[in-house]
Amino acid sequence: MSDIRPFNSQDMSLQPPALTLDYRSSRLRAPSHKLLSLEHGPGELTGPTFGHDVIGPNDHDLIINYAAPGAAAIGEQIMVHGHLLDENARPVPQVLLEFWQANAGGRYRHKKDGYLAPLDPNFGGCGRTLTDEKGYFSFRTVRPGPYPWPNGGNDWRPAHIHFSCFGQGWAQRLITQMYFEGDPHIPLCPIVQTIADPQAIDRLTALLDMAHTVPMEFRAFRFDIVLRGRTSTRFENKLEGN
Amino acid sequence: MSCLQSASQTAGPYVHIGCTPSVAGLKDMYGGYDLGADIFPPNVPGRRIVIVGQVFDGTGDPVLDAMLEFWQADSNGRYGANGPSGGWARRAVDADAGRYRLETILPAATGEEAAHVKVWVVARGINLGLHTRIYFEDEPQGQDPILASIKDPSRRSSLIAQRSGGDGYIFNIHLQGEKETVFMNV
Ligand SMILES: [Fe+3]
Repeated sequence: MSDIRPFNSQDMSLQPPALTLDYRSSRLRAPSHKLLSLEHGPGELTGPTFGHDVIGPNDHDLIINYAAPGAAAIGEQIMVHGHLLDENARPVPQVLLEFWQANAGGRYRHKKDGYLAPLDPNFGGCGRTLTDEKGYFSFRTVRPGPYPWPNGGNDWRPAHIHFSCFGQGWAQRLITQMYFEGDPHIPLCPIVQTIADPQAIDRLTALLDMAHTVPMEFRAFRFDIVLRGRTSTRFENKLEGN
Repeated sequence: MSCLQSASQTAGPYVHIGCTPSVAGLKDMYGGYDLGADIFPPNVPGRRIVIVGQVFDGTGDPVLDAMLEFWQADSNGRYGANGPSGGWARRAVDADAGRYRLETILPAATGEEAAHVKVWVVARGINLGLHTRIYFEDEPQGQDPILASIKDPSRRSSLIAQRSGGDGYIFNIHLQGEKETVFMNV
């Protein structure tokens, strides 16, 4: 039987509040009531799982997973890798990670994205993988470009990759974004700055990892993700958890 | 050793590229099949129902870029007992009116918790994914701890899907405003 201890509550001091005036889209989409607290039941402690049968061999290679045979996406080739952990520093193995991003010019393959940068016919902009038995993941892509967005001023997103993370329970579900070390747009971006704690922003910022960079081929960036951990108290009537 | 939780960031307006690529127009990505298109394997026992609804912002305008995920027990009240991702689904709302449609089976109650479907809402402008629940107006709600803790009847009714014809239920989600849905700190 799997682990059935409750998860820690969300640390709201590390999470962005719902209403963040400088990020204008939140103004009409932020609930005004306080969130209702909830004890974790069986449905919060469990969640969907995904096996290797749903993952294709090129799903984690955005350079070729939308490209014509023999072709490749245009841009700086990079490898992004990291460790999916929980707050107790335990690896989170065999869970699904999904990523999406703009192309090297900063344009998304989406009918609502009208930015003047051209689409790359060989770049779709999404990928996915499972963490391995030790919670590690990696994927290959091109470094996304920064892009302008309508927020009332001259706003540009820092280069970023969106991440969707499943965990071992519904309560661990997370969507976040990865930024790149040294990007001057990080301190200027109203979306990044919805996070009040500068160190929490640093933890969303991938570091150049020369040790895993392959000479004459690609640079590596390291990005670790931490999901909520489980508490040390078990459910009274189900002691098989650990 | 301990680590600090990663902060959430908005899923943004293009979440569908990553999570439901065929809806976003990437027709051949992942063999053309979006994860979570079917909530249960075919032939899972239970009463077939269809839940439909829309997502609205604080001015009552439909939210056209939301993604919803659903997680529910089966007709025996068990989670995760019907295949690895059985009981889980995901939907892009439509780009015209922010509508979704979920064909599923009626979940059973689990312990004190009345029959319900868990919902997670992400979109542009939502900094931290919003959790809510769909209960059913014609199912017993008994001592459900969530419903019992909401004293204001109009707030409580925001969690209850209304029966609509044959096997149908309507459940709208209001992110803000007078009809604001109750959201939970899961
Ligand atoms: Fe983006």
